[in-house]
Amino acid sequence: MTSLPWLNHLIIVPVLLPLVVGALMIPINQARHGLKFALGLSSGVLLWAVAVALLVLADSGHWPGGIGVYLAANWAAPFGIALVADRLSALMLVLAATIALAVLVFSARRWDRVGVGFHPLFQFLLMGLNGAFLTNDLFNLFVFFEVMLAASYGLVLHGYNLRRIQAGMQYIAVNLVASLLFLIGVSLIYAASGTLNIADLGARVALLGAQDAWLLQIGATVLALAFLTKGAMWPLGFWLPTTYASASAPVGAMLVLMTKVGVYAVLRVWLAVFGEGAGAAEGFGFTALTLGGMATLLFGAIGMLASQDGGRMAGYGAIVSSGTLLAVVGQAGGAVLASGLYYLLGSTLAMAAFMLLIELTERIRPPGAALIAITMEAFAIEDKPEDPVGVGIPGTLAFLGLSFAACALVIAGMPPLSGFVAKFSLFHALLAAAPEAVPATTWMLIGLMILAGLAAIIALMRLGVRTFWAAGAVTPPRLQFSEAAPVGALVLLCVLLTVQAGTVFDYLGRTTAGLLRSGDYAARVLGEPPVLRAPGAEEGAR
Amino acid sequence: MELVLAISVGVVFGAGVWLILRPRTFQLITGLLLMSYAVNLFIFAMGRLWVDKPPITPTPAIDPAQFADPLPQGLVLTAIVIGFATTALYLVIMIGARGLSGSDHVDGEEPRE
Repeated sequence: MTSLPWLNHLIIVPVLLPLVVGALMIPINQARHGLKFALGLSSGVLLWAVAVALLVLADSGHWPGGIGVYLAANWAAPFGIALVADRLSALMLVLAATIALAVLVFSARRWDRVGVGFHPLFQFLLMGLNGAFLTNDLFNLFVFFEVMLAASYGLVLHGYNLRRIQAGMQYIAVNLVASLLFLIGVSLIYAASGTLNIADLGARVALLGAQDAWLLQIGATVLALAFLTKGAMWPLGFWLPTTYASASAPVGAMLVLMTKVGVYAVLRVWLAVFGEGAGAAEGFGFTALTLGGMATLLFGAIGMLASQDGGRMAGYGAIVSSGTLLAVVGQAGGAVLASGLYYLLGSTLAMAAFMLLIELTERIRPPGAALIAITMEAFAIEDKPEDPVGVGIPGTLAFLGLSFAACALVIAGMPPLSGFVAKFSLFHALLAAAPEAVPATTWMLIGLMILAGLAAIIALMRLGVRTFWAAGAVTPPRLQFSEAAPVGALVLLCVLLTVQAGTVFDYLGRTTAGLLRSGDYAARVLGEPPVLRAPGAEEGAR
Repeated sequence: MELVLAISVGVVFGAGVWLILRPRTFQLITGLLLMSYAVNLFIFAMGRLWVDKPPITPTPAIDPAQFADPLPQGLVLTAIVIGFATTALYLVIMIGARGLSGSDHVDGEEPRE
């Protein structure tokens, strides 16, 4: 092979495009937010298109085994950094791009103007997210995590006020410590195995001596602590509800996505390294994930019942969804995992829509509660975004109420929407995975999931009643089309996910089948040949 | 040499852990710095400890045992840069919080007596 097929270059686009666009935006004056928004939106649309293209490529058999490999700087796999686009990472890219588009459109009306640097930070956040989904190198994963986190630190503080600073300080401190743990974990893994390439690690883990395998397991555990802090596993997730409740609505929606990155990283590393064929280390830590996930579920359910305002409730909702996913990852069966991924799609979309929706429903109450951002004075931004006025769309209350109900149904897992399909298939897969005696932990998991659903529906119903029926003199809030459309689109996607459940499940079935064959993964990544120079050029170089 | 390094990493990290559990932001950031120093030393040690061995191999035909592992040195460089940047970012927020809340407590307000 003397040149790379151009389609393979698509794999690096989700990392490069937001980097370039974000960098381009920095010198543009804050006053020209229209231009910044246009740049950000076109980057978002392109990213979405590339993500869909990667998904089609990964699924259509264009690459052997459905795994596309991109060798950064043309170094062969264990020595250089390999980016890998398989069905799972393509799916996560599509999910991230979809939510990012919705959030960008939502923020166009008001949020991108309450502080400086919203759009560049947003692009860098996307770069970090996409990189974390694509990379196959543990240290590179650390770098992308840091890019994502650094951008999120700025975004959490976006619309600088005391409440955000208080929450932001804790969020940042917790994540800085988690990053240090990440480094310790990575270096222990390197010391034990001599590689940082996830696929290579998976291939080598069975060959390690007893002492090195022990060191590797310690390293992986420390690494998991860092991932699980992002994924908010109990007792590492106490930072989450406060951060969610104080972040601005668009940022909150992106934070929902970021907790899923932690779960994704655990899933990716654990299945590749401690999946089948890992020798003595096979199955290491899966039970701990299940138990931790169950504790997280319980914590989130209780927290949902105890919280009063919408943002906090959404935070605990995200914890419930993380807990469910972690418990499912711990089960590590093919069908269970497919249902878990379906749950991930539905719950992430619904939770992001819910975060955006809360901001809109809060307008039903008197607007005095709106927090004033002090950045506008600090940075002398002239045109203070007026409170949304204007035509508004008719039937706003009906729209808000319906969207709220739809989100609540998905989050609680009630029929007829995708939450129910996800939970039902999860139960089915969990019970089917144990043909004879169903273990007690499975029953406990099922019980906890039902309990969490019940807690969610009680808490959300209470919030809904208070917002829509008991708010006193309700004046229909003014909504802009650009604010209502993203929420509506995300809710519609949840409906579509339910209607097309068959197609989605087929895809997820192929995804998990690929994931569980970790040997293929290693063979594909390590076997990818670098592009050779043309013979004449090679001689010239020598 | 291993013992000295292990003890110093442990002491620095332990001091950092103690400091980040303290209530003032200055203590917190000092703790974070100490912890990141300890982690950097730790990464460095993961390529095994070598004295007077060059990290780069000059020609293809060499005995790798005669050379230090260059990868942890690359990693530690990246880690230092990233750690430095995020700590600087945290410092900015610390100052912002001090200015807004008038308190250097990590909760952004003085504890109620």
